[in-house]
Amino acid sequence: MSVDADTVRRIAHLARIAVKEEEVEHLKGELNAMLAFVEQLAEVDVTGVEPMTSVTPMAMKMRVDEVTDGGIADDVVKNAPQTEDHFFLVPKVVE
Amino acid sequence: MTDLTSLTLADARDGLRKKSFSAGELAAAHVAAVEKARALNAYVLETPERAAEMARASDARIAKGEAGPLEGIPLAVKDMFCTAGVRTTACSHILENFVPTYESTVTSQLWRDGAVLLGKTNNDEFAMGSANETSYFGPVHSPWRRKDSNTPLTPGGSSGGSAAAVAAQLCLGATGTDTGGSIRQPAAFTGTVGIKPTYGRVSRWGIVAFASSLDQAGPFAKTVRDAAILLRSMAGPDPKDSTCLDAPVPDYEQAVGRSVKGLRIGIPKEYRLDGMPAEIEKIWEQGREWLRAAGAELVEVSLPHTKYALPAYYIVAPAEASSNLARYDGVRYGLRIPGRDITDLYEQTRAEGFGAEVRRRVMIGTYVLSAGYYDAYYLRAQKLRTLIKRDFEACFEAGVHAMLTPATPSAAFGVGEKGGADPVEMYLNDVFTVTVNMAGLPGIAVPAGLDGQGLPLGLQLIGRPFDEETLFALGEVVEQAAGRFTPQAWW
Repeated sequence: MSVDADTVRRIAHLARIAVKEEEVEHLKGELNAMLAFVEQLAEVDVTGVEPMTSVTPMAMKMRVDEVTDGGIADDVVKNAPQTEDHFFLVPKVVE
Repeated sequence: MTDLTSLTLADARDGLRKKSFSAGELAAAHVAAVEKARALNAYVLETPERAAEMARASDARIAKGEAGPLEGIPLAVKDMFCTAGVRTTACSHILENFVPTYESTVTSQLWRDGAVLLGKTNNDEFAMGSANETSYFGPVHSPWRRKDSNTPLTPGGSSGGSAAAVAAQLCLGATGTDTGGSIRQPAAFTGTVGIKPTYGRVSRWGIVAFASSLDQAGPFAKTVRDAAILLRSMAGPDPKDSTCLDAPVPDYEQAVGRSVKGLRIGIPKEYRLDGMPAEIEKIWEQGREWLRAAGAELVEVSLPHTKYALPAYYIVAPAEASSNLARYDGVRYGLRIPGRDITDLYEQTRAEGFGAEVRRRVMIGTYVLSAGYYDAYYLRAQKLRTLIKRDFEACFEAGVHAMLTPATPSAAFGVGEKGGADPVEMYLNDVFTVTVNMAGLPGIAVPAGLDGQGLPLGLQLIGRPFDEETLFALGEVVEQAAGRFTPQAWW
């Protein structure tokens, strides 16, 4: 499988990465090089093989359902580019 | 004072205990060495004041007889580990001014045990790379050079700064992260010891996430013993990481020097690649002889799905990265580039904030997870992963205790020499290491010799899950036979 210029633009938008028109051709080449490299996986018969979902055979740890953290709003917004009264500021979303 | 930087971590620890020198003196010697070595670009942030302050506290604890296992030991920390109040960037423009308000579990355990922070080390942006060339702060130059040559060489990546810092004696040990070989490949390129522990042995909490099912932190050190000492402090249960194993950490140092007599060591035949340099084959053969001489039994084994590990990795890792890196949105932390609306803000921020390699991987990851392609790519890659893991399990069930392989398919190459035209060329560096991440196993790289150009070559030992001790025992055999390798200072 390989991607065309339209697919590159669509993926970029899905990934929320702005791509300039003059970059599309180059990106297409790079993405197709990676896709060509992974193409060889198609030759393996994976019938009946379970996909790996857990790296080590261990039961998921459970913990008591209780509040263990919080009250640190200052810390939470500390690295935000724009905040006001512990809220993150973004451009107007709803007209 | 400069000779304090040539000590091993174990020697420095013993010297501090005997009060041959103070933690303050040890830190000062390293701070001076770091300042002198800026040409290497190994550190992206030096913290001399914090080092002095932590060393003073160590000296006070030593005086009171309350020294921890790493008391007064100056360390470097890869810039993937969040350090409270100390800038942490993942070497990305998008996090250029990020100052965490919390401390990663690994580093908090190092400070708990008395270690001293010298600074944060350079790495490939978000740990995506094999030559430390994708860093926003520029590449690291290896302390090693080819015989009679001034060509700058890569220390490998992604943990290139940590590897270079240990090799150039700019710290007594360093932390790294390894998603596809990012500890073991740079360790091999710089003549240092690096171990990627079993997935789940070390907490990932507070480490900038790349590919969560593959990422694992581990130490770089001058010797196998030093790596064992560091891993003991780094590892252990953590309620903040649900994938972290709830089991006590062995005293790994006890395994260093333990007999390897009677251990069955697998030699995977699929690791004998076409066109592999003769020197790599030679060092591998040398390693087999050393282990045999130490009483281990060598058996040829087969890991038939080896060749699919790298392509499967380049689906799984970008897929997980595209999901993990979705958090960099220009809203909650990090860089913001203004846009026409919120979507444009996201898109401009991420286009500007991520470098080319990161953008490429996020896009590939987005593609393989997108509707209509998930089964063909991601699901198939996860099935391949099961097969790769089964290959190893079959060998371990047949009585193999560990495996011996080359660590890398070549010695270090020049900065900017690879991957310019085709990204896959760079990816092939991880051909021997990536299988280990895919199967969640522990792997250690140990220096084994120098090639004809005077550059270090490493061997890799792969172990059973949670059997890092056997790797330390075997690694020590290699180190005792091969000796240690230190670059000639030119910086």
